[in-house]
Amino acid sequence: MRLLTKLGLAAVACLLGANVAAADTTVKWLHIEVNPAQVKIWEEVARSYEASHPGVKVEMQFLENEAYKAKLPTILQSKDRPNIIYSWAGGVLKAQIEAGVLDDITDQVKGYSDSITPAALAAFTSNGHVYGLPIALSQVGFVCNKELMAKAKVDPAAIKTWDDLLAAVKTLKAAGVTPIVVGGADKWPLHFYWTHLAVRVGGKAAFEAALRGENGGFAGETFQRSGELFKQLVDLQPFQNGFLGFKNPQAVGYFGDGKAAMTLAISSIYNLQRALAADKVGLSEDKICWFDFPVVPGGKGAPTDTLGGITGWLITKDSPKEAVDFLKYFISKDVQTRLAAGNYIIPVVQGADAGLNNAFMKLIAANLTKSNYHQNFYDQSLGPSVGRVVNDVSAEIAGGSMSPQDAAKAIEAARKQGN
Amino acid sequence: MGVAGKAVPQTAVRGPSWDGRFTVLILFLPPALLLFTLFVVLPIGEAAWYSGFNWNGFGRPTNWIGFDNYRFVLETRAFWLALRNNGLIIAVSLAIQLPLALTLALMLAERFRGAVALRMLFFMPYILAEIATGLIFSFVYDGDYGLVASIWRTFGAEPPHLLASTDTAMLAVLIVIVWKYFGFHMMLFIAALQSLDKSLIEAARIDGATRSQALRHVVIPLLYPTIRLSVFFAIIGSLQLFDLVMPLTRGGPADSSNTMVSFLYNNGISRMRVGYGSAIGVILFVICVTFAFTYKRWFMRDE
Repeated sequence: MRLLTKLGLAAVACLLGANVAAADTTVKWLHIEVNPAQVKIWEEVARSYEASHPGVKVEMQFLENEAYKAKLPTILQSKDRPNIIYSWAGGVLKAQIEAGVLDDITDQVKGYSDSITPAALAAFTSNGHVYGLPIALSQVGFVCNKELMAKAKVDPAAIKTWDDLLAAVKTLKAAGVTPIVVGGADKWPLHFYWTHLAVRVGGKAAFEAALRGENGGFAGETFQRSGELFKQLVDLQPFQNGFLGFKNPQAVGYFGDGKAAMTLAISSIYNLQRALAADKVGLSEDKICWFDFPVVPGGKGAPTDTLGGITGWLITKDSPKEAVDFLKYFISKDVQTRLAAGNYIIPVVQGADAGLNNAFMKLIAANLTKSNYHQNFYDQSLGPSVGRVVNDVSAEIAGGSMSPQDAAKAIEAARKQGN
Repeated sequence: MGVAGKAVPQTAVRGPSWDGRFTVLILFLPPALLLFTLFVVLPIGEAAWYSGFNWNGFGRPTNWIGFDNYRFVLETRAFWLALRNNGLIIAVSLAIQLPLALTLALMLAERFRGAVALRMLFFMPYILAEIATGLIFSFVYDGDYGLVASIWRTFGAEPPHLLASTDTAMLAVLIVIVWKYFGFHMMLFIAALQSLDKSLIEAARIDGATRSQALRHVVIPLLYPTIRLSVFFAIIGSLQLFDLVMPLTRGGPADSSNTMVSFLYNNGISRMRVGYGSAIGVILFVICVTFAFTYKRWFMRDE
């Protein structure tokens, strides 16, 4: 009996000891990715990191996009916060830095950060301090359906100016084709029009002046004009019936089903439309075309200027140094090449775009290389309090319930009230 | 009503002695007071405190702006739209939902074959979770694939997207509200009807009252306490409506179907304007409390 007790105690001691040895450090990683194929690759990367770094455990946690945004301020202030969190950079990142909930990782990524596209890294840098690492870039532009465009005899390659686009919409309508599909209930897909017009009309200078409140801020001429141009398009009724009730995934699926000729979308729609199409097949590569957002008459922005996202990962306050180490491993050329090869991302590590293996994604990568001014989505870069108003007014212009002038004024009012 | 008090002899019922009541007070008040303070007074006080700041939810609030948040709320067109929508919901609840519930209750309170099954059928929507109801109806209303669309098509017309138009979105939400909650009120009325003293109705009938006269002059007045309760629930429920709106329209398009609470959520939470959101919360709280106390004072003082 006594022997048995001793053995039992020894076993317990062994187990406890083993546990302590096995989990010296846990890196908690909170993400919002919904594409299972991509998450699977991430899991594999985490496991291989654990294999080569004994004593470190990488734990993945998931929250849905909107829930994530809503809970983030609370999560960050809890003692049990995750070490690595997802970020769109911009105004939210700024608020987090000011609140002191992030770790400054400048020293830890010194040297390593040279391998990253400077513009992407800059999005996660504030006053010379690095707070996170980017993982992917994206571009917003018109994705089109070759067959439907051909049916109406519209050549997508010839759409260079805003007037060209308006003419194409008229031709498509006359041919009985729905010109554009948009997920208006989510509002942000509509804000692409307003923002991209602003990027074309005023360029970088106008945006930065507006941020400082110069030239009437966002109520100024550039932004009123963006609204007016958008209104020109809206007046042609280019969108599918009931577009204000469509959520974005619905709209992307609608495009994948081949029901509309065009959609103004983030380049990642290339994969997404297949997953969301009714038949899960969507449009094959040879049926998809792309053209850059058209230029506007007298616009100060360069035609190569791009609108899109810069997404990445942040390290939260008081995280173990392994968190940064894992992040460097995760955003290495190997892993980026692998994600690029699946066409999930436009990589940010130099040389990794060699992994891209289809014409569409290669084109986007080339566009981003050419771009001297890559504007982050307004709803992200302006922070939630102003950015959401941009989304609201874009939807209101599209629905005809607000004039372009009032829209611009509403954004400026929010900027003045905002944080 | 002033003389009514005299009719009840106060001496007939002897209350417990002061000592007894004091012991009860010492024993039971502190826990209740503590819980009430912790879970009711403090959060409300905190919200009121936050409503004075321009604050994005990070760290401690520091930027005191006094009553500006309230001014911003009252200057927002969407807030007044939301308030109007809450008014509409109350009006529809009182003018359509409750009469419908009462009519059905009068029909189903009697015992006949299938009455219980019908009661359950009408009560079913109430059991369904709000979120699920919203999702189901967003499919029903879908202009391309929904039930409404196919009905429309049988008449050869191009189906509308009810939830996507500022003219119809609120109407569509109101229909779901009536559908979802009439069963609850019907059950309250049925319970009240079944506990009525049948002899009063029989007496009225013997005295020569017709069915409808007995209904109007005996049954309905006897139901007043339940009706008053129902009205109370309907109004408070209308003011708090949120979880049906989100899956259906999220308050859109162009804020046309926001309620006060969805407006609070869309502004306070989604935009991380915690101070502004708190101000909306405090305004809503004041409206609810004012209503609850006034209503109790005026209409439910006997209960």
